Amino acid sequence: MLGALIIVFREVIEAGLIVGIVMAATRGVPGRGRWIAIGIGGGVLGASIVAMFASAISETFAGSGQELFNASVLAVAVVMLMWHNAWMARHGRKIAAEMRSIGTAVSEGAKPLTALAIVVGIAVLREGSEVVLFLYGIFASGTSGAALLVGGLLGIAAGATFSALTYAGLLAIPTRHIFTVTTWLIALLAAGMAAQSVQFLNNAGFAEVLGRTIWDTSWLLSEGSIIGRMLHALIGYTERPTELQLVVYIGTLFAMFLLMRLARYSPRRPQMPAAAE
Amino acid sequence: MRSLLILCGIAATLLSFAPVNARAQEFTITIKDHKFTPAEIKIPANKRVEITVINDDATPEEFESKPMKVEKVIPGKSKGLVRIGPLKPGSYPFFGEFHEATAKGVLIAE
Repeated sequence: MLGALIIVFREVIEAGLIVGIVMAATRGVPGRGRWIAIGIGGGVLGASIVAMFASAISETFAGSGQELFNASVLAVAVVMLMWHNAWMARHGRKIAAEMRSIGTAVSEGAKPLTALAIVVGIAVLREGSEVVLFLYGIFASGTSGAALLVGGLLGIAAGATFSALTYAGLLAIPTRHIFTVTTWLIALLAAGMAAQSVQFLNNAGFAEVLGRTIWDTSWLLSEGSIIGRMLHALIGYTERPTELQLVVYIGTLFAMFLLMRLARYSPRRPQMPAAAE
Repeated sequence: MRSLLILCGIAATLLSFAPVNARAQEFTITIKDHKFTPAEIKIPANKRVEITVINDDATPEEFESKPMKVEKVIPGKSKGLVRIGPLKPGSYPFFGEFHEATAKGVLIAE
């Protein structure tokens, strides 16, 4: 039972960290609860579908279907995170100012919550499909299924609690800094996902360049440990990154901040009142 | 919009790195009763290697190794292709995430 609890817990916290960050990043935006719930619900549904068709997905593209699928959904998540940060670069100051003046709720309603709902959905889908397959295996093998299933459910509950704690921790950040912090968290999250995505491409037999390992920090922090996994989910910690992964990681950060700059200084800036400072 | 263009650019660049390495060496590992056979496998270092993982169990397994940078679900009664390397000489443990207690193995690059 404990084994099942741990396996499920560590999958759930990886998605939970991302949900926590998204919750903090959308603080004060009306309707965000609904969008995040849609993201989680869609992710769970998607996870079940992916788990059900695991064999079919594996067999496509000469056995590389699973890797290409992972690489693609991660790439979509990176685009969505970039979109979010670019949008925040343009409107964030106004939202933060309003939050300070009127407490929490904000009148701004045009926030592209779909982007973050998709990110949440993808995070839940990726980790969730593993949980579904694992729990399915327990059911199929039949032996002592009940105890393992209880362990699995407790693991989900523990992971959800952890997610809530992440959110609570981020909420403790003063309002005037919260968006700076979440912008950085989202930039690092996107860079980590891009580096993961390119590794999946490599495993699929594409992007087989710059494949040498640059360094090995497994002696310092194993990527398989709970802390290693959390840092992997959060900032893309990799114990043995390849040259290509590092290039993509830095490239994504660079592209992200370039985009945010462009969004901030766009000549087509809509006529909105200057942020009240 | 710009973000999309930039990302399409990145994606196109990556995809243009078409597979150049057609001479990867091939190996096979079988999963049976949540155990790997062989549990120890020797591969050439600094080379691209392909391992076919055959799952003879009815339940799914996840072939995982952080050191090898691999994470792949192998559904029950099926097989999956795992591409790794080039790896520096050394030993690289792997395990089956869904049955970690029994499904363990090590790959030795030399």
